This record gives sequence, C-alpha cells and structure tokens, in this order.
Amino acid sequence: MTDVVGHTGSALSVPPTVKSADAAPVVKRRRRRRDYGAPLGAVWLGLVVVGAITADWLPLADPNEIGNVFSATPGLGDHLLGTDILGRDILSRCVYGARISMAVGLGATALAMVVGVAFGMAAGYFRGAVDSTISLFVNFLMAFPPLMFLIALVAAMRPSLTNLVLGLALLGIPNFARIARANTIAFAEREFVTASKALGASPFRVLTRELLANVMLPVMSLMLVVMAALVVAEGSLSFLGLGVPPPTPSWGGMLADGRSQMNEHPHLVMIPGLFFFLTVFAFNRLGDWARGRIGRESSL
Amino acid sequence: MARFVLLLVMVSVATFLLLELIPGDPVDGLLPEGATEEMRQQLIQLYGFDQSLVTRYVSWLGDLLHGDLGTSWQTRIPVATTIAERAPVSLELAVLAMALALAVAIPVGIYSAYRPGGIVDRIATFIASATLATPAFVLAIVLVWVFGVQLGWLPIVGWVPFSEDPFQHLRAVILPVISLAGGECVLFIRLLKGDMMATLQQDHVLSARARGLPTWRILVRHALRQSSFSLVTVSGVVIGRLIGGAVIVEMIFSIPGLGSLVVIAINNRDFITVQAIVLLSALIYLVLNSLVDLAYPLLDPRVRRATT
Repeated sequence: MTDVVGHTGSALSVPPTVKSADAAPVVKRRRRRRDYGAPLGAVWLGLVVVGAITADWLPLADPNEIGNVFSATPGLGDHLLGTDILGRDILSRCVYGARISMAVGLGATALAMVVGVAFGMAAGYFRGAVDSTISLFVNFLMAFPPLMFLIALVAAMRPSLTNLVLGLALLGIPNFARIARANTIAFAEREFVTASKALGASPFRVLTRELLANVMLPVMSLMLVVMAALVVAEGSLSFLGLGVPPPTPSWGGMLADGRSQMNEHPHLVMIPGLFFFLTVFAFNRLGDWARGRIGRESSL
Repeated sequence: MARFVLLLVMVSVATFLLLELIPGDPVDGLLPEGATEEMRQQLIQLYGFDQSLVTRYVSWLGDLLHGDLGTSWQTRIPVATTIAERAPVSLELAVLAMALALAVAIPVGIYSAYRPGGIVDRIATFIASATLATPAFVLAIVLVWVFGVQLGWLPIVGWVPFSEDPFQHLRAVILPVISLAGGECVLFIRLLKGDMMATLQQDHVLSARARGLPTWRILVRHALRQSSFSLVTVSGVVIGRLIGGAVIVEMIFSIPGLGSLVVIAINNRDFITVQAIVLLSALIYLVLNSLVDLAYPLLDPRVRRATT
C-alpha cells in the first residue's frame, strides 16, 4: 500500500515522496504566467462542499424520487442535467452524491492526518524502540496493494459510511506518518528545539508547541493530495458496488448504474465522470499551489 | 531481512484474521437452506471452526506453505487452481501496462527535462494534469465510449485468449492496458523529469558537452542512468500495484484476471478466495519492493561500494 494516492483506481498514489521531487532544480522562468487553476479549483470545491451541506434546502428534486420519464436528456426544463434510467434527477443525485465524496475526502483525510501525524511525530521524536514499532506498523499497512486492501476490508466489514471512512482513513495513515516522521527528525535537531528542551520543556510540550506547527506545513500540502486519492478510492469502491449501499446516491454508483445505457445515453456516465474529474483536478491544482508556496518557506 | 520476515508474518496474520472480521458465523453462509444441526456440526468439524484461533492459524499457515490455499466455499474448486488459471492474465496486463507507461514516459521525460518549457514539455504537462485528475474507471469508460462506441475501432468488452486468436487478443488488450498505464505514465514522467533536470545541471554533463558529445548520447548515457533512481523505486511499487490492483479495469472490460475474481468472490461471500488473493498480492508487493532495494547497487556504484 505504498503511497496511497494515485490514480489508477488502485492507485492511490501519492506522488511518492522520493527525494527527487523536492530536489527539483531551480530553473529560471522567463515570465510567470498567471495560474488560474488554484483559485478556480477552490471555487469548484467550495461549490461542492456548500452543495453537499445545504443539499436539503436547495431547490432540487428528491434524489431518490423515481420518475416516469425513462431518460430525459440534459437541457432546460425540469431536469437540468437530465434523469437516469429510473427517472431520478441527475443534478440532484450529483449534489447529494457530493455528500459521500466530501464525507470521505474531508472526514477520512482528517482522521488519517490526526492519527498519522501523531504516530509519525512520536516516531521521529523519540526514535529507538518507539520508532521501530511505529515504522513496522506503517510498513505493514503499506504491504498491501491499496485498492485490494480497501476492498477486502470494506467487504468483510459490510459496506456502510462509517466503515468506508474508517477503511479509507487507514489507507491514508502511512502517507501522513512518513512525512511527519521525516520532518520531525529534521526539525528536532534545530536550535529552538534544543533551547526549549534546555528550559525544561516536557516532550509533549516540545512536540505540540515547538514541532507541530513546523511539521504541519508539509503535512497540509500532502493533505490535498490524499483527499483527491481518497475521493477516487471511494469512487472505485462505489463503482464496484462496495461503497455506501444504494439508493444513497454516490458518483461512483451513478457511473456504474449508467454504464449499461452508455451507448444511447452517454450523459449518464459523462456527468458523474465530469464531477470526478473536476473535483480531483481541483484538489491537484490546489495541492500543486500549496506545495509551491510551502516548498519555498520550509526548504527541507 | 529480519524485517522482511516479520512483515511477512504480520501480513499473514492480518489476512488470516480477515475472515474473523466478517460479521456473523461463517458457517451460516456455507450451509444450504434448511440444513440440520447435524450438518452444521459436521461442517464446523470439517473446517475446524471449533478449534482455537492459534491452532487454526498454524494449520492454515502449514497448508499455505504446501501451496494449499484452501477450497472455495462457492465452487468447491481449490483456490490455488483458480488463481493459477487467472494470474497469467493479470500478469500480462501488468507487464504490458508497465511497458507502455515506460515506453512513453522515458522519451517524454528526457525531452521535457532537456527543454523545460518547450513544446513537448508544455503538451506533456497539460495532458499529465488532465490524466492525473481522471480516475482509472472514468478513463476506461471514456476510452470505451470514444474508441468502442463512437469510432467502433476496438471491442468494448470481452477477452480472447492469445492461444485462440492472437490478433483479436491484441485488440482486446489495447484499451485495458491504456487505462492501466495512463496514471502510472504520468507519475513516471514527473519523476524522471525532476531527476533528469537535477542531473543535467551537474558538472559531468557540462564536461561531456564540452567534449562535444552528441546530445542524445549525453542524455541517454550520461544522464539517464543516474536519474533513474526514483523511477526504479517506483516501478517496483507500480508493478505490484498493477498485478494486484487492476480490479476496476478488469471489471470494466470483463477480463478474467485476479482483480475481477476478487469482486466475484466478494459478491458470492466466498471469503476464502478473497483471503488468498489479498495474501498473494501483498506477497508480490513485498517481494518486489525488496527486489528494488537490491537493485540499487546495480545502478549506482557508490551504493555498491558502501555496502560491500
């Protein structure tokens, strides 16, 4: 389960944090082009999050209301994005589906981050036996191909939103633990940490007051990558019918449902596909932007 | 080495415990409708559910070392037989996808590093960020729609064994391989370009240039080898991931590999098969990663000297 984030459904592949990525040489740019990717990404993600939260109050059709129209094509009218095979409103299902994606993207990532950073910092600060134990556990989590691990886990535990979030969080932990450990080791040598220790600060205080803020910078930029990866992972599970059970709408489930009708009604798969694309694209752009900014501040 | 063995043990324990995670009594799932209590007891005896967890683990591990992965709860066929039938398919897909990804990534990565900001670099960066944002299942579906439905060039689903019809086999393999290779290819380009740009700044490249060597020779002979560290590291991970993780693509194209077997087994609640595949893919993953570590000295004489 190396590097969770990725791409191929399986892939949860966080661009592996091999030394090279950071060691990219400074190349002079002739002119800086304005990058609209990150702000646009932020706008899209904002829309998705707000939509997911306020879905109940938005003027949307009931996502599970079965209509008599076999399949309305997208266009102006009652159903802006058309309806699916059962006559359910696609726009509404996309907005409600965003709830699942965001629950996973934000919830599972936050959980993975808290646990991963805590263990990673402990390993990096105390070293010795603590480090070997935690590193062994992290390596163990990474010994499984990510999607395989997730599928087996979720299938064994029965699909539900809670199990899904727990499984995905487990998948994200190694990424955070590794980066937190590496950064803690690097910062633990610095003067301000030595000074704090000399003043008699307890390890807990050093970790939380001195190291945490420094470690969190690189962690934050990783966070966006992990979010994208986990949204894709959830999509893969839902696509396989192992996600949140129907009729709860999810983007992956919509894709799977629409596949049989793809020849006549491509919008059934193209619309949820586009939602995935835009969301992952937005996370990636924001991630690149954050890495660029943070890279300059903490040159590790 | 000790660490490797320890990880193996942990992985095997975890996959063994996977069956314990399933809610409910596994025996219930095995029994036909209206089975008697007597049949139930027989089944418990047969599968050894009455023994302690440790005893069962030890006997499971013993069978495993003899190549016995258990018998499918669903089909009553030994799991090892089914896996042996399907593994070559997954392996073929993984190797082809890997080859395609590298075949595209190495020249593109080299050239992008050689002329950063040039036309190749810009096009590659654009395509890369689009591909990176397309989950494999979306990519596969879009490819099917374009090349299968709209253009009608390639078959939409289905698998033709090579022995039956090599040409149709090749046609059936194209779209799945592209879907698998897409994301990995982008990863390779990014890694190689980053490393390559760093290498090209070094003195020995400058000196090779000063000696008037042709550009391609400098790029390939002098820069590529030392820039390929991350590529090799990641390749090990990627091929492991491809062998065990092509679940989605195999399902979309109905390819009879290990990935689709897992989903079928899960739907049948045939967890002994799931367990075997998870274990196998984790083993492949672990072994490949260890092999990558062993490959370092071959690439870099400095590592070789340091270790011996």
